[in-house]
Amino acid sequence: MEKIKKYSRVIYILWLRQIKRYYRSKARMIGSLAQPVLFLVALGFGFGPIYQQAGGGNYIQFIAPGIIAMSIIFSAMFAGIEVIYDKQFGFLKETLVAPIPRWSIMLGRTLGGATVAMFQGLLVFVISLFIGFRVENIFIAPLAIIFMILVAILFTAFGTAIASKMDDMQAFPLIINFLIMPLFFLSGALFPLDDLPKGIQIVTNINPLSYGVDGIRGFLTGQSHFMFHTDFLVLIIFATITTAIGTYLFSKVEV
Amino acid sequence: MNIIEVKNLVKKFGDFTAVDDISFNVKEGEIFAFLGPNGAGKTTTIKMLTTISQPTSGKLLINGFDPVKESSEARNSFGIIFQDHSLDDELTAFENLEFHGVLYNVPKKIRRERIEELLKLVELFDRKNDLVKEFSGGMKRRLEIARGLLHHPKIIFLDEPTLGLDPQTRNHLWNYIKDMNQKEKITVFFSTHYMEEADRMADLIAVIDHGKIISRGTPEDLKTETQTDNLEDAFLKLTGKKIRQENVSGLDNMRNMQRLWRR
Repeated sequence: MEKIKKYSRVIYILWLRQIKRYYRSKARMIGSLAQPVLFLVALGFGFGPIYQQAGGGNYIQFIAPGIIAMSIIFSAMFAGIEVIYDKQFGFLKETLVAPIPRWSIMLGRTLGGATVAMFQGLLVFVISLFIGFRVENIFIAPLAIIFMILVAILFTAFGTAIASKMDDMQAFPLIINFLIMPLFFLSGALFPLDDLPKGIQIVTNINPLSYGVDGIRGFLTGQSHFMFHTDFLVLIIFATITTAIGTYLFSKVEV
Repeated sequence: MNIIEVKNLVKKFGDFTAVDDISFNVKEGEIFAFLGPNGAGKTTTIKMLTTISQPTSGKLLINGFDPVKESSEARNSFGIIFQDHSLDDELTAFENLEFHGVLYNVPKKIRRERIEELLKLVELFDRKNDLVKEFSGGMKRRLEIARGLLHHPKIIFLDEPTLGLDPQTRNHLWNYIKDMNQKEKITVFFSTHYMEEADRMADLIAVIDHGKIISRGTPEDLKTETQTDNLEDAFLKLTGKKIRQENVSGLDNMRNMQRLWRR
């Protein structure tokens, strides 16, 4: 019991550190909103008429949940860079020599990064309301947050796992971009997953982000491709596996 | 009782042997100085003792625990002040200490009392709510020292703790450490380039060079052995007058750059 209390305090203080750092860096907050907003406006209004003509309905309605997911995955994956940052500026040593298990450090960091990522997603959601996005049912919509959290945890753990194996702060963004782009473009964030060519369909079906986008979109707008419990289960499983792998890799970090 | 036991310790980086088959013990309550020129293997040894690096071979015991197999128990036994920067610049001085106190499970009441006491000791109390990135190099160093002393472990490792500090702060710091050592029987393991510190503080000294321990004993023993009348001369006689090259990794370079910018 005493141990559980101790570990939760440790996880909490690591989480709090991440939140404070985010809160103090307004440039980061605003900077990471620019890209999602650009996508939302350019693609949303650009493809809107064609999408409408093709019988898909309002494209902003369709794309906004996808862009929310995009802002989450970007922010979550890039949270990993803080591990490299802490390695290079020495702070990681301070946490690594403390008498606490490495998994609690990993968990605190992941939850902190995921909270920040989810908050970015919420900001994009609020912005999307200003450009015409409407939620289907105001009582069901908050459930989308569950999927936002799961996506955030999954990809924060993923980013942290990669960062645990790297020392190079310049190479990290390149690798992350290389991973994020296919995950994002082949997730159903930008186009419906119905009636796709076989090859693309297989890829979208094994992409965990597809299920995240689908869950968020389902609860916000009522349109969905998979079943909710499928979305939920797939995300839970992926999030657990990546967190476990991340914890393992993080526990092997040497400074 | 030996609180630190090192037997046939070896650390290799590729072909380079940084620590070459060293053995020594430190008794509980002792103040032990680990001296050597740059690149002799001091920091590498301290890293292995403090669980952040794994030995290539050899046996280590910290407070009876193996830092490789029982890392959590071993970590519970010591505190460390690192040679290089290890603060979070985006947090305030107080937050850095609070963070440390929580990680080391120092109860809230004691934590707050000690934070105040230590911030006053290093004369940063009136800056406690300022972000560390606004601090000068010397202030950061003082804060790191305060942080290292926040939890009272059984052993404290100090890797060149007084580098870049003025004589006043050094004097304060050593008095505090001596006090901790006497009142709470905390074992002190430190490295330094200031020989008069080692002479004044250390019960025992080990001199390491090229990864090997070349001499050990009390400060008096070393002076007798080399027939010199101060430790600085004894040290130079033991290790020679040639200036050493240090092998550094990319990560170290990066840290040095950071130090140049900040200090």
